Amino acid sequence: MKFEIVKPGSGNPVEPSTPKNVPNRGGEANPSGAALKAQFGNAILRIDVVNGETTVLVETAKVLDIVRWLHDDATQSYEYLSDVTAVEHRDLSMPMEVVWHLRSIKYRRFVRIKTQLQKGAKLEVPSVWPVYKGADWLERECYDMFGITFAGHYDLRRILMWEQYKEGFPLRKDFPLRGRFSRSEQLRQALDANPEAKYSMEELKVADAFEELPLDMRARIASGEKTGE
Amino acid sequence: MGLITKPEAGGAEAGMPHIVSAEPAGGEGWVTTRLDFLVNWGRSNSLWPMPFGTACCAIEFMATAASKFDLARFGMERMSFSPRQADVLICAGRVPFKLAPVLRRIWEQMPQPKWAISMGACASSGGMFDNYAVVQGIDTIIPVDVYVPGCPPRPEGLIYGIMMLQKKIMTERMSNKSLRDEMDPDPISKLYIPASRIDEISEPFGNSVHQTRSAP
Repeated sequence: MKFEIVKPGSGNPVEPSTPKNVPNRGGEANPSGAALKAQFGNAILRIDVVNGETTVLVETAKVLDIVRWLHDDATQSYEYLSDVTAVEHRDLSMPMEVVWHLRSIKYRRFVRIKTQLQKGAKLEVPSVWPVYKGADWLERECYDMFGITFAGHYDLRRILMWEQYKEGFPLRKDFPLRGRFSRSEQLRQALDANPEAKYSMEELKVADAFEELPLDMRARIASGEKTGE
Repeated sequence: MGLITKPEAGGAEAGMPHIVSAEPAGGEGWVTTRLDFLVNWGRSNSLWPMPFGTACCAIEFMATAASKFDLARFGMERMSFSPRQADVLICAGRVPFKLAPVLRRIWEQMPQPKWAISMGACASSGGMFDNYAVVQGIDTIIPVDVYVPGCPPRPEGLIYGIMMLQKKIMTERMSNKSLRDEMDPDPISKLYIPASRIDEISEPFGNSVHQTRSAP
């Protein structure tokens, strides 16, 4: 895809502009909101406009279809996934929310997709990794911090905490600030982790750099060696 | 023998009380001193730092190494980014638990003699990060010689810490065989100080005692 520089005053319908006097609540929704409603009907639960940004609340099961349509459809063309995150409200009766931030560079649009996960049920949403490869680490971070499973992610494991981390999911409201274990136990478990695991051989495999490696390193990977110094 | 010993003029006035020099009539002199003193003098003035910079303290450390404060005046101009050729580990910044085994391994890779400086509040005590992710003082992982307070310390503060380390090195004695002993972590827990002591020194202090352990 070829991007052209659009300057103010060129008469282009998507020329850059600074929004002014944007109301806190309400206002004109992103055209994608109405398009989504027309395309997916009942799967679109609510459309809010907050500070000029459109938030679309959708059904959990339909997330991948909706995101794929927003990405593929020529009239939407959301090429860029800028964030995947989750919200847990302090009011524990409220459901958890998973949030996707999509941006269309072509039409200069921003839309926020939200879905709600009921407490007590399995925290699982479809992964958008098949559509946006950039969702890989974002979804891993969300899983690491909130414990939300992204069904369809090819390699869902912890990314910030080490992989043997046993204390739970740090950004959940029921997680104590200083962690669940005593400091000495935390340190013992941390020192027990192998600093090279998942950072050398296996990461290189994921990166498909195998063919470019020197022969001796290829032999070490082929022999199943996990660490090296 | 034709030699003129000048203990007062040569050594004491210049601030080196352990040096005795002699000046023969021909102009070819010699110097005698304690080996301890000479070795310590050499070591303390050629410390090669291994910078373990993880946060904003590392910025101050870079400022210390740069031309205005000029760490080279202390014989530290050569940053050793390999622990195998380093003498002093300068841990500048907070250390999360995930980095704890890395820091431990770097310390174990450094050859003796070696020293450690804990630079800043976070490295020394966890600082403001009294949370699930941050080690409450690197002295729970490796032995530390000098703690530099500050958040972050100014370059003058780090230089003062380095000068304190140099003074400490000058007091070392070869007769003290335990000085060069490697620390011996417990083979099972891998901790080198007792777990109860780690819990004790990790106890919250200052404002963080008012934080609750669990949120709701």
